Amino acid sequence: MSDTYEPVIIGFLCNWCSYRAADLAGTARLHYSPNMRPIRVMCSGRVEPDLVLKALREGADGVLIAGCHPGECHYIEGNLKTLRRYELLKRMLSQFGVEEERLQIIWASASEGSALAEAVDRMTERLRVLGPLRWHETVIQGNGHLSAEVEMGITADPVTEEV
Amino acid sequence: MTENQKPKFAMYWAASCGGCEISVLNIGDKILEVDAIFDIAFWPVAADFKYEDVRAYPDGYIDLCLFNGAIRTSENEEIAHLLRQKSKVLVAFGACASEGGIPALANLTNSKAIFRTAYLNNPSTDNPDGIVPKTLVKMPEGELHIPSFYNTVKNLEQIVDVDYTIPGCPPEPHQIWAVLQVVVAAFKNGAALPPKGSIIGAENVAVCKECDLEKHEKQIQRFYRPYEITPEPGLCLLEQGLLCLGPATRGGCGALCPKVGMGCRGCYGALEGVEDQGARFLAAISSVTDAGTPKEDEKEIERKVSAAMDTLADPAGTFYRFSMARSLLIRAKNSNGLGKGEVI
Repeated sequence: MSDTYEPVIIGFLCNWCSYRAADLAGTARLHYSPNMRPIRVMCSGRVEPDLVLKALREGADGVLIAGCHPGECHYIEGNLKTLRRYELLKRMLSQFGVEEERLQIIWASASEGSALAEAVDRMTERLRVLGPLRWHETVIQGNGHLSAEVEMGITADPVTEEV
Repeated sequence: MTENQKPKFAMYWAASCGGCEISVLNIGDKILEVDAIFDIAFWPVAADFKYEDVRAYPDGYIDLCLFNGAIRTSENEEIAHLLRQKSKVLVAFGACASEGGIPALANLTNSKAIFRTAYLNNPSTDNPDGIVPKTLVKMPEGELHIPSFYNTVKNLEQIVDVDYTIPGCPPEPHQIWAVLQVVVAAFKNGAALPPKGSIIGAENVAVCKECDLEKHEKQIQRFYRPYEITPEPGLCLLEQGLLCLGPATRGGCGALCPKVGMGCRGCYGALEGVEDQGARFLAAISSVTDAGTPKEDEKEIERKVSAAMDTLADPAGTFYRFSMARSLLIRAKNSNGLGKGEVI
């Protein structure tokens, strides 16, 4: 494994605005961080919280949800539902110890290629400072198997179990 | 099982409260039929058997083992392996065994913080020498061992192969009896058991379907905790802003809680095909939160949505009250810092 850490961002981009913004950023040959893996969805309102949690668990360092500006949703208020889910999910993730920077939402219309590119740049930099998430390796595996005595340094022989 | 020999029954409690055992007794005088049909091979709450007795049984000796409670300590895990080996049919019985239950809420904190709070810093704790339990103590007479306390609570399925799951906190007595009848029919007359891996003793519809409170289109302005308002009788609790996990929870209980004015706690777990009950409820509840309209200014919408969500206390603990161990994230990341709810 290489020592250099490159943040992995899963980007859920809405078909009608933000995916086109990403397209525009490409055709305009804007230079921005290559860290986002874009996934096109019909509406940002389609992004269920399960998808975000699964991305974070399966190795993403952050998740970016991008949709149309409020009032401009192709489905009238799909993006408002997204915003409500995001606000609640953000609060819940903080209880799980996931930093706020790891889940971001932005509005980018089809003409805002540069806004999307800047958001990806900004998020990449923040995640670079935060460091990797690596949920499987550091949270579920290592952390999950240590017992209190080992963590508190009470016993000399570490007790670990295999599952 | 040979002819004219009764099938063997076992029930065990790992990290649990004992409610599951009470629920089995709540089948009433039918418990006498259970005794008539089965030989009890191991049941710590009801009969005096030792682990050594179970170790002495041949593999597969126990015909039906109801295992309740989560896996919190090395002892829980050891007995889970032992009972798997000795049982033909192993059932994850109740919310803790099937998805972590209340003990798994501790996955939001960590074992170190739990020890600090329970043994050192709690206002009612008097422990000037800072004595905490150790897994190994050397005494002149020899070594003393106690089980170790894990950092993460798991469900039974994460430890051993499980044949069936009976959800609920606790499982409802009429459901337990229905399951026992199916099992007895299989043992006595060779009737087919349900396919392995089935969730039994529950329905495949949401609690809302069993709940007779009047329901309309939901537009929730803000959330209330149960002590803050008195719900209007006969009307859906969720519509009144009281959190009710009914839409994301498997039925089978008969919607006991919402019918008496307390929102569904979610103890029967997720519906079929749902991987993460909490996330599914989060999605549902957000969609019916009525904050902000497309006509308003972006900042104003964000402010309103944020204010509405601030009224929902403890989202993680509410959405995953029973299902933390089986959720996508399983536990919180805060291993070294202060644990949630820690007393300092």
